[in-house]
Amino acid sequence: MKHQVIAAGFAASVALLSTTSAFAVTEISWWHAMTGANNEVVETLSKEFNESQSEFKITPVFKGTYPETLNAGIAAFRAKQPPTIMQVFDAGTGVMMAAEGAIKPAADVLSMGGTAFDKNQYLPGIVAYYSKPDGTMLSFPYNSSSPILYYNKDIFAKAGLDVDNPPKTWNEVWEAAKKIKSSGAAPCGFTSTWLTWIHTENFAAWNNYQWGTQENGIAGPNVELKINAKPFVDHFQALADLAKDGTFKYGGRTSEAKQIFLAGECGIFSESSGGLGDIVKSGMNYGTGMLPYDTEPQNTIPGGASLWVFAGKSDEEYKGVAAFFNFLSKTDIQARLHQVSGYLPVTLAAYEKTKADGFYEKNPAREIPIKQMLGKAPTENSKGVRLANLPQVRDIMNEEFEKMLAGEQTAQQALDNAVSRGNAAIKEATN
Amino acid sequence: MTPRVVFPNKILPYLLVAPQLAITLVFFYWPASQALYQSMLKEDPFGLKSQFVWFANFAKVLSDPNYLNSIRVTAIFSVSTAAVSMIAALLLAVMADKVVRSRGLYRTLMIWPYAVAPAIAGMLWLFLFNPSIGSLAYLLRQMGIAWDPLLKGDQAMVLVVMAAAWKQISYNFLFFVAGLQAIPKTLIEAAAIDGAREMKRFWTIVFPLLAPTTFFLLVVNTVYAFFDTFGIIHAVTGGGPGKSTETLVYKVYNDGFVNLILGDSAAQSVILMIIVIALTAVQFRYVERKVHYG
Repeated sequence: MKHQVIAAGFAASVALLSTTSAFAVTEISWWHAMTGANNEVVETLSKEFNESQSEFKITPVFKGTYPETLNAGIAAFRAKQPPTIMQVFDAGTGVMMAAEGAIKPAADVLSMGGTAFDKNQYLPGIVAYYSKPDGTMLSFPYNSSSPILYYNKDIFAKAGLDVDNPPKTWNEVWEAAKKIKSSGAAPCGFTSTWLTWIHTENFAAWNNYQWGTQENGIAGPNVELKINAKPFVDHFQALADLAKDGTFKYGGRTSEAKQIFLAGECGIFSESSGGLGDIVKSGMNYGTGMLPYDTEPQNTIPGGASLWVFAGKSDEEYKGVAAFFNFLSKTDIQARLHQVSGYLPVTLAAYEKTKADGFYEKNPAREIPIKQMLGKAPTENSKGVRLANLPQVRDIMNEEFEKMLAGEQTAQQALDNAVSRGNAAIKEATN
Repeated sequence: MTPRVVFPNKILPYLLVAPQLAITLVFFYWPASQALYQSMLKEDPFGLKSQFVWFANFAKVLSDPNYLNSIRVTAIFSVSTAAVSMIAALLLAVMADKVVRSRGLYRTLMIWPYAVAPAIAGMLWLFLFNPSIGSLAYLLRQMGIAWDPLLKGDQAMVLVVMAAAWKQISYNFLFFVAGLQAIPKTLIEAAAIDGAREMKRFWTIVFPLLAPTTFFLLVVNTVYAFFDTFGIIHAVTGGGPGKSTETLVYKVYNDGFVNLILGDSAAQSVILMIIVIALTAVQFRYVERKVHYG
């Protein structure tokens, strides 16, 4: 933390120096967690914005992983040197929302730039996730994704499964996975990244099951978890049973399972739509499908990250941030971002443009998460999940899932423990 | 009696220690006092609402079953790491002591791993034993062992102990070699003339004479296992599966930086500070005077 404070102070003083040296230009710092190709997108966007006008200058700064970036921002705020814009991942959304005095709602910032914020331009599922219960948009959606299904077509063919029709329900997934394993087409049938995000949060929304009270935390902070209800128990018991003979293979708490799928060890894979890039790059003969459901699909919820604006900055800076957000919302920019990076488009216009360009006919996988999110108007179970300590609660669930998959406890025990421990942690964090 | 240097000038000695004092003040006393203060606060991550709660955080931490689990994990981890690395180092030191030709080469090779950063050592072992891509994991599976440290807590523990111990062997080796050289050859030769065999000579003469070194290393290794293995655990297991490799230091990080519960995290680091002060006191009281540094 000490390093981060020093780094923050250093970054702030550098920013200060450069502002005084270039009179007219207002510098806006943007802390982010993007690496590789996504980092290039950040750099390109900043450069394009800086060249498009002469009043403001966006300075992107890479701050490490998502949690590291969040911690750096918090430490910088405590040292009274926060950046102007900070990228925060989905699980950190509740943390930021709980810090009301520290942030400036994106909707307010946009209206300071002279353009009234029009909610209807944006994809409803995404905007709702980053808004207060009264509808005020708190952060600006930057990179959103949703989980979908991937499968290895070569393994499917070897196992005698229909290569063009991926399983639609979870029961079909279990059956297909067993067939892959028993036919010897691959050593494992199914694997998944992010068990918490995909198999509890999205599993609940997509099937319209209750994940927690208070609309999963969207309506208020005192949430009680409901994930030890029967559908969850059945789902996780199925995973635990499949794990016994290796039909389901666990990769780790975050994206580690991607390596297992890319190595051709498992035939079916549930993962964020944002993971498509690596799968394309690997040259695998892959197929995609909607995230499986139990009986009838509702809608999935967004993951990824959004841009938060810190409070206590000058009006000039907020004007610059508004200009930058408007720049990001431009249809051309959004459409390109979506097509190049695989993030979901934030505006409806960008979605329509991409559709009109015929992009989805060539790249059907890119439309799946949008269809999943837009298919139906969200219910109180499917607006999203929001807790002031979601990272902690996810860790608690992961610990219990790991014990379950190791055969130390049943799904019922694992979920009961996750609920009681999770509820205690939520209570502790919210009072 | 150690010789005392007497300065004619009264201020000069203070001036000479001033830089060291300043560094200690800035880098130890200042953060330590901050940790003490933070450990008695209940605060949200941003520090917007803050409440002074005296020792409530300590009470909470000490009654938390996860903290007790973490103490157990740390005990198993430290004892195993110290035991594995010291036994291996002693064995290698005794062997190296017997080598006559190219002794320097062997010693250099033995000391090498000490230069590897903990996180890199962790990654190295992780790659070797990764259930999917690790070459040694493949061999284990061929031997019929169900190797899966991602889900099996005891296997994960074995993995982090191996990685941590491997990195510490060099250090221990160095001290054991020095300790062995300090043992008068005449004693061993006399025992040999009396008919004592190799093993007998080791257990009755060499090992007891190495005791001060061993005790010193025990303290150093415990401190190492407690505090310097964060990088290895972070890289290899991240404290999992479950909480089976979450040591006290890792829990401080996890509660403070991942879960953002600063008060609990600070209380835990204060407890760790007390432990390390106690260990250092033991070292100075009993060890420092008796160890021969080569």
